[in-house]
Amino acid sequence: MSTETFFLQAFVYLTAAVVAVPLAKRFGLGSVLGYLLAGVVIGPFALGLVGAEGEDVMHFAEFGVVMMLFVIGLELEPSLLWRLRAPILGLGGLQVTLTAGLVTGICVVLGIPWQQSIAVGMIIALSSTAIVLQTLAEKGQLKSSGGQSAFSVLLFQDIAVIPMLALMPLLATEHVELTGDEHHVAEAWISTLPGWARALAVLGAVAAIVVGGRYLLRPFFRVLGRVRMREVFTAASLLLVIGIALLMTRVGLSPALGTFLAGVVLANSEYRHELEADIEPFKGLLLGLFFISVGASIDFGLIGAEPGLIAGLTLGMITLKFAILLALARGFKLGTDQALLFAFALPQVGEFAFVLLSFASQEGVLGGSITDPLVAAVAMSMAFTPLLLVFNERVLQPRLGTKTTDDRAPDAIEEHNPVLIAGFGSFGSTVGRLLKSQGIGTTVLDVDSDQVELLRRLGLKVYYGDATRHDLLETAGAAEAKMLVVALDSPETTLEVVRTAKKHFPALTIFARAFEWRDSYDLYEAGVQYVYREALDTSLRLGTDVMRELGFRAYHAERATQKFLRHDQESLAYLATMKGEEEATYITAARRRIEDLERMLGADLADDGLERDAGWDPETLREEFSQHPPRAAK
Amino acid sequence: MARVLILFAHPALERSRVHKGLLRALPTSPDLTLHDLYEAYPRLDIDVEREQQLLVDHDVIAFQHPFYWYSTPPILKQWQDLVLEHGWAYGSEGNELAGKTFIPLLSAGGGEPAYCSQGYNRFSVRELLAPVEQTARLCGMHFLPPFVVFGTHQLDAEGITEQAGRYRRLLEALLAGEPDEAERERLAGAITINGFVSRLASVES
Repeated sequence: MSTETFFLQAFVYLTAAVVAVPLAKRFGLGSVLGYLLAGVVIGPFALGLVGAEGEDVMHFAEFGVVMMLFVIGLELEPSLLWRLRAPILGLGGLQVTLTAGLVTGICVVLGIPWQQSIAVGMIIALSSTAIVLQTLAEKGQLKSSGGQSAFSVLLFQDIAVIPMLALMPLLATEHVELTGDEHHVAEAWISTLPGWARALAVLGAVAAIVVGGRYLLRPFFRVLGRVRMREVFTAASLLLVIGIALLMTRVGLSPALGTFLAGVVLANSEYRHELEADIEPFKGLLLGLFFISVGASIDFGLIGAEPGLIAGLTLGMITLKFAILLALARGFKLGTDQALLFAFALPQVGEFAFVLLSFASQEGVLGGSITDPLVAAVAMSMAFTPLLLVFNERVLQPRLGTKTTDDRAPDAIEEHNPVLIAGFGSFGSTVGRLLKSQGIGTTVLDVDSDQVELLRRLGLKVYYGDATRHDLLETAGAAEAKMLVVALDSPETTLEVVRTAKKHFPALTIFARAFEWRDSYDLYEAGVQYVYREALDTSLRLGTDVMRELGFRAYHAERATQKFLRHDQESLAYLATMKGEEEATYITAARRRIEDLERMLGADLADDGLERDAGWDPETLREEFSQHPPRAAK
Repeated sequence: MARVLILFAHPALERSRVHKGLLRALPTSPDLTLHDLYEAYPRLDIDVEREQQLLVDHDVIAFQHPFYWYSTPPILKQWQDLVLEHGWAYGSEGNELAGKTFIPLLSAGGGEPAYCSQGYNRFSVRELLAPVEQTARLCGMHFLPPFVVFGTHQLDAEGITEQAGRYRRLLEALLAGEPDEAERERLAGAITINGFVSRLASVES
């Protein structure tokens, strides 16, 4: 493909996305449907802007799914995975076995050989992680109990793909010669191995990812973190995902599963939020591309030739899966609204089906007469999912008079602490320790990878990441948090974080560490209510102790200090109003500080309220007594 | 022999002629503890455990403070609220203070005649101290009438020295031993202990 053709293709895809997605969102249909429709429009059966190469684009864009599973893995700490074990194993296990079993049975009744029936059953049991999670996340329904159940089932399916892939070669009814086909699965060297050895290789690769992720990746990222170059870290994140995908392809396993595993292994690490934020934009773009290519790949020729068969297949699959899902949801005690959300989310057949179908035909399990109509029906079922969810949300739920979201277990997918702390040096860590002592949860971000490593070894929840990035604040939970403590050690970065937070998360209350008067003004100007000059309290405390050692009463010293603090804040506010006047002339920072100090000292001398407490010192009363003794006292 | 704890509360001792004079007259005795609350807790963050231990270690508990607005300075109220815990100082299980002796040591701006129903303060000092007295009694302590330095606005250096001498004799008497039941009986109705100091001192010595 020449450069120009490539740019032309990119132009077509991007235009389709930019036009279709806002339109679809405008009508409340969600981005997935927008992408799918855009794909249909530019596909060979409408405008014909993309043709045969659409297939290649889809294979390329499948990488978005890989990235999505990596990000999902990152959000699933092993402990959360453990908490979801009942729905994953129970609900997911039952959904997959029931669906696969029923479909296999139906196929056998229809006279298809049992090996092929099992293959078809397994493929149809899977749903589309990409479409479902994207759509639910957009609607904010991932955290509802229905959304959580859907997520659990999808997770089980993603895991179930491993044994399915391992099982597929054992179902082969005819031995096929390796043709050197372009499909990646066929390139795997282990295709030459007997079935049992392949299954073993698959398990070995999985073990390699878990062990490598645990013991090699964190030191690797720590070294990179020291470089403090954002793009190097982004490059490393991409390298990680692509590397794992390559390794998985080599051993003939789904890259998505490999990266998901790597994600889970890294979920506990300090680099979790940074990795997530780095991968997120790539993931989003590629997923969009994937949905477009699914839309473009829908074979309207075949559908036109056999409309009855495709429609029957699509409807049959959706109805059967829907019935099983609904029954399971009721069995697992979901409320009516949540059960419907769950059942309407998952009845499609997913992108893994494409992989499994081509793998099955490579392995000689299924022939073209079965796979071709199935591919068309799978694509149709995926395209219908967003519509089904819209139908559920707009038509069904209002009639039931139920709400579509509930607030049960809101933090089961991510950790959401009320307080974010940016910067965990001695300043931030003291704040964090105080809050922790009161049982207040904090999420901490710091850019010093050595510091992060040390703190984590001490058992603190600290993440590596640059808080000036709004996407990183987002993944750290800034949208749900109430307070943001900015305890960084540079005034410039502090101001940058404050501005980012003010812009993207206006609901956050910001507490900022400041250094001197100048940057305090800037912070007040940026709209921060709570500004703390780092040396202020300490130096006042020291001054108090000097007074005490000089023989002043402790309480006098304390009150004098408190009064001085108040006076100092007032002076600061007053000086802040005068700041603009001198900006015209160039003054060095040191000279400005001296001038500020001069003004402050002047204000100290002018404030005669600093030395009072007349209530305890009734000089006036004693004078009055000596001049006019009280009547009754005579 | 009795161990005496003075819980002293003056927010601005450096300006008080009277209390500086009184404290200068304190008898030196290993059994006497002066606990300067504002010095110990300039931020009013009372250490409850430490305070309770001090109470347990003494037989006579005294509040010494200026009678600001007919009451104690705020740190003493804070002290009462935090230290006199239910189940420790009062309540069916709280008897750590039971049987101890309690006495207020006050300075008042007005003269003694001002503190009566006809005076401009309209109540006697003992009446105005009702909350403190009841607090002590609820904790099972024997309440002694207050020692009061009256008319501090008009007191000259000589007058302060005289009052300080009475203060010293009272504390020496208390250190020698708590008033017995018969003595308490005699003091029960008194407005102040001022007139009994010489008597107490002679009884105990």
